[in-house]
Amino acid sequence: MKTRRIDNYGKINRDKILSFRWDKKSYKGFEGDTLASALLANNIGIVGRSFKYHRPRGIFSSGVEESGALVTIGSKDRRDPNVRATTQELYNGLEASGQNAFPNVNFDLAGINNYLGRFFAAGFYYKTFMGIPPLEWGKGTAIWMFFEKFIRKAAGMGSASGLPDPDAYEHAHDFCDLIVVGSGPAGVAAAIEAAEKKLDVILVEQDSLIGGNQLAENDFDNSQIKNQLENLGIKIMTRTTAFGLYDNCVVGLLERVTDHISAPNVNIPRQRFWTIRAKHIIVGAGAIERHIAFNNNDIPGVMTVNASKHYLNRYGVLTGKRIVIATNNDSVYETAHQLSEAGANVTVLDSRTNFEIETNKSFEIRKGYVPYNINGSKKIDSLDISKIEIINKSETINCDQVLLSGGWSPAVHLLSHRGVKPKWDYNNACFLPSDTKENITMVGSSRGLWNKNDCIASGIAGTTDALNRLGISKTNYFFPKPGGWKNPIQPLYEVKYKKSRSKSFVDYQHDVTTDDVRLAHREGFISVEHLKRYTTLGMANDQGKMGNIIGLSLMAELLNKEIPEVGTTVFRPPYTPVSIGALSGRNVGKHFRPLRVTPMHQWNIDHGAKMIEVGLYQRPWYYPKENETLSDSYIREASTVRKTVGICDVTSLGKIAIQGPDSTEFLNRIYSNGFSKLQVGRARYGIMLRDDGIVMDDGTSWRLAENEYFMTTSTGEAAKVLSWLEELLQTRWTDLNVNVTSVSEQWAGVSVAGPKSREVLNNCVDDSLVVTNNNLPFMGVTSTFLKGNIPCRIARISFSGELAFEVYVKSDFANTMMDLLWVNAKKYDGCLYGLEALGALRVEKGHVTAAELDGRVTIDDAGLSKMASTKKSYIGSAMRKRGVLKNNDREILVGFFPTNLKETFNAGTIVCEKNNIKGQGIGRITSVTYSPELGHWIGLGFVKGGLDKWKDTNLVGADPVRNKQMNLKVVSPHMIDPKGERMYA
Amino acid sequence: MIRINCPYCGERDHSEFSYGGDATINYPSLDASEKEWTQAIFFRKNIKGFQFETWHHSNGCRMWLVVERSTVTHEIKSVKPCHPDLQKVVENNK
Ligand SMILES: [Zn+2]
Repeated sequence: MKTRRIDNYGKINRDKILSFRWDKKSYKGFEGDTLASALLANNIGIVGRSFKYHRPRGIFSSGVEESGALVTIGSKDRRDPNVRATTQELYNGLEASGQNAFPNVNFDLAGINNYLGRFFAAGFYYKTFMGIPPLEWGKGTAIWMFFEKFIRKAAGMGSASGLPDPDAYEHAHDFCDLIVVGSGPAGVAAAIEAAEKKLDVILVEQDSLIGGNQLAENDFDNSQIKNQLENLGIKIMTRTTAFGLYDNCVVGLLERVTDHISAPNVNIPRQRFWTIRAKHIIVGAGAIERHIAFNNNDIPGVMTVNASKHYLNRYGVLTGKRIVIATNNDSVYETAHQLSEAGANVTVLDSRTNFEIETNKSFEIRKGYVPYNINGSKKIDSLDISKIEIINKSETINCDQVLLSGGWSPAVHLLSHRGVKPKWDYNNACFLPSDTKENITMVGSSRGLWNKNDCIASGIAGTTDALNRLGISKTNYFFPKPGGWKNPIQPLYEVKYKKSRSKSFVDYQHDVTTDDVRLAHREGFISVEHLKRYTTLGMANDQGKMGNIIGLSLMAELLNKEIPEVGTTVFRPPYTPVSIGALSGRNVGKHFRPLRVTPMHQWNIDHGAKMIEVGLYQRPWYYPKENETLSDSYIREASTVRKTVGICDVTSLGKIAIQGPDSTEFLNRIYSNGFSKLQVGRARYGIMLRDDGIVMDDGTSWRLAENEYFMTTSTGEAAKVLSWLEELLQTRWTDLNVNVTSVSEQWAGVSVAGPKSREVLNNCVDDSLVVTNNNLPFMGVTSTFLKGNIPCRIARISFSGELAFEVYVKSDFANTMMDLLWVNAKKYDGCLYGLEALGALRVEKGHVTAAELDGRVTIDDAGLSKMASTKKSYIGSAMRKRGVLKNNDREILVGFFPTNLKETFNAGTIVCEKNNIKGQGIGRITSVTYSPELGHWIGLGFVKGGLDKWKDTNLVGADPVRNKQMNLKVVSPHMIDPKGERMYA
Repeated sequence: MIRINCPYCGERDHSEFSYGGDATINYPSLDASEKEWTQAIFFRKNIKGFQFETWHHSNGCRMWLVVERSTVTHEIKSVKPCHPDLQKVVENNK
């Protein structure tokens, strides 16, 4: 196979040969190659098929703007689709393949779409919703649903592996005075100037080498610059893209750590996602060369002029033998010269008629000529050219390559992320960055400077600007004027094709043609944002880096306006794609979110607990014996509690220490029920409302001393309640002398419940007198010692309706407490019980939890009206009386039994009247359980009007999700021991 | 990313904080009428420009702060503790 690699050119390491596979065939390249340069060197012209029409596509650029050479790298779980071949560094063993083609890019069956172009015009997908054009056949969504899968398959690019990503990613953070984006002449000058002025500088470069576009120069060597930067202590980050700018000079970086290595160390992350907090940002991101729209301007062999310069001088690849360069500006002539010196036959078509340029006459210049049409399909055979005055084919030039330069667009993307609109510069036919009050300065060609000395001057001026803004200096500075070419650019965006059905591409990646833009205009999509969405111009990987301006200019022409009047779409992060893996970093699998365990977590597991997640907490769910199922187990556990005694880890409840002389007044204001008369040594169940009168949370508060309380909250609301108490004390009631501290982690808690609970505790405490009915009555609290001199707090509190105690010890003593309680509970045939049994017991008793208190329920709805004091004002007391909350049509807490006691139901069941089963019905079931005590299923929930209204009515439970329906009756929520005789025993 | 200069901890990412709400509300006394409470709870100005708002340094020192922030640019002009006594302490330590 003939190679396009030529001797004596390029900075690749010819001593280090790398082998790689492209579409299952083996090829060779060199260290320093990109996949694109290696493919070009191996004379591979077609690297993919286009998005809609499946036209053969080649390599258009040498950088991030690439919109043709999107390929798939790797295989199996490491398959990475839509990778730009132009930025993928070559490594030994790299596997790559073309996309969007079957069976391959050279022979693609779907290429027929090319001839069905009018069916795939702009807005095709949207129109399919309305029926298949042109006859709107099969109008309606069904036809869309039918065709969608075929359309998606046909129009997709690469596909993801669908397997878990085996690579590791990492999030990293850094701080600096100045971050410089881009290591071209401007960025390097800025960084050096800043480091010399003692600023702490990070220099970011997306390429593997520093130098920017100088890497396309044949005599450029970056080693001296690199040494200088390093000696000044500048942190250089190569292979790192600044993908977004955010508030307060925060910059998002993506560092590709191992994407260029064939067998990376598994202990090193593949990519690093950096958050840099800088004091100032200098952006020298360069400029991007545009193409020109004309018929068949996408045939493999079309490329930007600057790209061919890169391939020649950096990679030693001469991309064509007979090259036609089409331009409207001065920037191409050095390249034309070098290409012809390297052995190519070069012709330059310059759309301008009146200009002077110095050359050595090694190539021909055709003044006033533009490209008109490319002949060829898989490669360029020849180019039809036209005079600029009268557009039509005037003659044909035989060639194998067409290089385009329609002007340069400064990379203003990062500034655009900050909401700064660029301004159109008529002299240079490009958008230039506007000024911003934020600490961001644009330098180099990203502010429209075309020659190197101006770029260097702008870099130094940029750092002076930064020093002034940071208050370090007050030095005058000025930026060179935009431009820098000898002859002015002549705007040239499209060369119109005279025949119908042209294929003049504006956006290569999405197959958006000039006709599509005109169609969008005809159909009324004239705003740039509409144009973008309707035609997909400027979407996906490349975000229209090459083609956007062409699209704008066409719309401007159609609207008879100037480009700045049409506007520009807003660039949003990321500048180039960021992998999902990098975004998630280490927050995957078990590390997706924090895991909270109680101090007796291992003890629970060792004693047979199956665990369940409750918020972030792992809590015991049930403790199965031998072959028990979940229901076997919880029914046994709940029955055991009612019969003798059970032990349950309740450590996950929120615990707050409330201390200070105004603690009682504070509690009296935040709870709806009275706390002013609570004695030391007593606990009280309390309900907190929000400002708007809705229930926020419930829990208990224990008065340990005159000015000290121990508050428990529900597991789920613990953090919210603490923040709320702090807010009240710090913002509203700043005169109250109270301190609140979370002690959730400091105390391990357990519930000992059942008729034998007192006997068990008796055996566990140092002084058995402390737990007698007299010394520790219902809602009594004591601070005492467990055997072994372990300090503990015991409150006689019941959630199950049985005689029960909550025992708290310092977390370090959790296991000792569990051992002690368990040894003694076993003497009474007691059990360990989990959340499922806890739920069963509380549903039987009619206790509400988060399932009922869902942020919509008032204290009256929950049937707890007697908890609302009438003798005092408290948070929510005024608002709970407002009209809508007093409506007698509100849903009130009730219990549910199935009419046929053999039937079951689920939480989420909608309660309806018998002959009116629809909509939201008249209520809902929120919690259900099998009741071991009653011997059938029971539920808690809400029904409009409550028990009084529906007591004797047969209702229906509708569960359309599970395709279930059952007859229900409404009962009191207190389904067992309504008088509470057991608790007081 | 918004950076908030906590008077106690120093400049930190906004992800360490929780947003509270309008810092200019004068909450009525607990025994005030439903009408006054309705006004305090539900009626808000939709300010374009600088506004005073509360933030809680929930993953830091737990201090509630009054932050003067532009709703247009996120620029922050001032950060103070909500509690007047803490405000004095901060002022005195400047
Ligand atoms: Zn703080």
